[in-house]
Amino acid sequence: MDSDDSKRLLELLSARRAELIAQWEQTVAASLHGRLSTVELGRELSELYDAITEALAAGGLAGRGPEYGVVRSLLVELSRNRARQGFTPTETAVSVFSLKEVLESLLGGSVEEIRAYLQFSHLLDDLGLFTVEEYARTREEIISAQSQQLLELSTPVVKLWDGVVGVPLVGTLDSARTQVVMEKLLQALLDSNSTHAIIDITGVPAVDTQVAQHLLKTVVAARMMGAECVISGIRPQIAQTIVGLGIEFGDIPTKATLADALRHALVEIDKAASTRAAGLL
Amino acid sequence: MRDYPADEASREEVPIQASGDVVKARQTVRLLAQQAGLSLVNQTKLVTAASELGRNTLIYGGGGTVEAVVVRDVARVGVWVRFADAGPGIPDMELALTDGWTSGSGMGLGLSGARRLVDEFELDSTPGVGTTVTVLKWAR
Amino acid sequence: MSDRVPVLKIGDILLVSIQVDLEDQMVLDLQDDLSQKIVATSARGVVIDISALEIVDSFVGRMLATTAAISRVLGAETVVVGMRPAVAMTLVELGLSLGGVRTALNLELGLGYLRRAQASSPENR
Repeated sequence: MDSDDSKRLLELLSARRAELIAQWEQTVAASLHGRLSTVELGRELSELYDAITEALAAGGLAGRGPEYGVVRSLLVELSRNRARQGFTPTETAVSVFSLKEVLESLLGGSVEEIRAYLQFSHLLDDLGLFTVEEYARTREEIISAQSQQLLELSTPVVKLWDGVVGVPLVGTLDSARTQVVMEKLLQALLDSNSTHAIIDITGVPAVDTQVAQHLLKTVVAARMMGAECVISGIRPQIAQTIVGLGIEFGDIPTKATLADALRHALVEIDKAASTRAAGLL
Repeated sequence: MRDYPADEASREEVPIQASGDVVKARQTVRLLAQQAGLSLVNQTKLVTAASELGRNTLIYGGGGTVEAVVVRDVARVGVWVRFADAGPGIPDMELALTDGWTSGSGMGLGLSGARRLVDEFELDSTPGVGTTVTVLKWAR
Repeated sequence: MSDRVPVLKIGDILLVSIQVDLEDQMVLDLQDDLSQKIVATSARGVVIDISALEIVDSFVGRMLATTAAISRVLGAETVVVGMRPAVAMTLVELGLSLGGVRTALNLELGLGYLRRAQASSPENR
């Protein structure tokens, strides 16, 4: 890194601060099609501008170096906001890259100036990439938070009758989902003092050995707590796959419809009650 | 297993010499699991794994130590536990990790079962030198 | 040196309520105590309440299965009651299913089951 270059840059950036920020703001605003208020944008960009000038003054042209700590944290904030507000990665990165454009128009013809500009342009490239990385990270966080929410939302446990709870499963059953379903179902059994549970898989698009394994685990766990499960909602195609794959549900009762399963559970409960009556005689 | 930065303040070490020490080790691991914010189910899984492995250290390793600490990764917190003994070691580790295999009187679910209860698992054993088992469970 | 888990007799049923974190020796003692008490009291049923247990590992799981088998040989039926959801989920993952062990959600349902089983057994008809 050439200290003369960064000094020259610094002079240029400090001397024409107001003018450059205004142009920068204009370029970015045009690319965002007015979806961000100019006041907010102006504040963001001038903060960023000042942070970059300060880092340059501290003698750095390495975007990942310690001098750029403040710049990076401002960029993190910027990309997080853009990601949350639904801007595209390009619209986010353009906030950084367009500063190059602005500077380019001020460029004189001298070799020194061009060299300084190139150095600065490398720096901005790096900062721009950093912005995109942060943008992607934020999107990932949003996606994982949403999938967790979806997981909770998509597994309601409902009381169907005295002593019978039901879980209508919708969507694919992976191991994370199974854990949530199992936990909710077992807690519901305990809370409602239910001895029977119906797991309805009408909304499960496909049953393979993996899904069957997850269902079996749930049934075994319920059994260890002292409750019986019935699996219902087995559509004709699903029944064909189950047989085709040689999946064994063992002694777990399976029914075509939720109504059949409820009837089965009620008969079982009734049987238990009638033996109790016999015992009293 | 990768090295994750540890919360040194949370580090605990329990010697395993008698069956009461296994109970102590379980309680220590549970406290750390609560501290790390593991869900109740994940706490139970980790403590159960610790119970299985602590018993192995005592019975097959002739005693040893349990070391536990809260660790951090980029965006997650977990509990790291290591069981170390200077016992006879395990000659065939592949076999020892198979369901139903046991050299003693157990059901043979100790090692293989414990592995299923945690997120990361590492078995290291040299015959005549000793065995260490390291496990890690993340809070999710 | 270690405590023992108390075994209570109510009619012809033995009740064991495990309230402490179990050491392995206590588990073995309990198995011994129970088999002796079943014979001494001619009990017809055993209820083991594990609702206070925060974990059940393979050692305790094996004791529950063995006790159920032993009591069956001695003419008594065992019901394990009150297993917590987190414990059940852990046992499944561990690879234990407690096949052959009767279970019930709570003490009341467990006792009810034993009463019904006795009422419908041929000796009581």
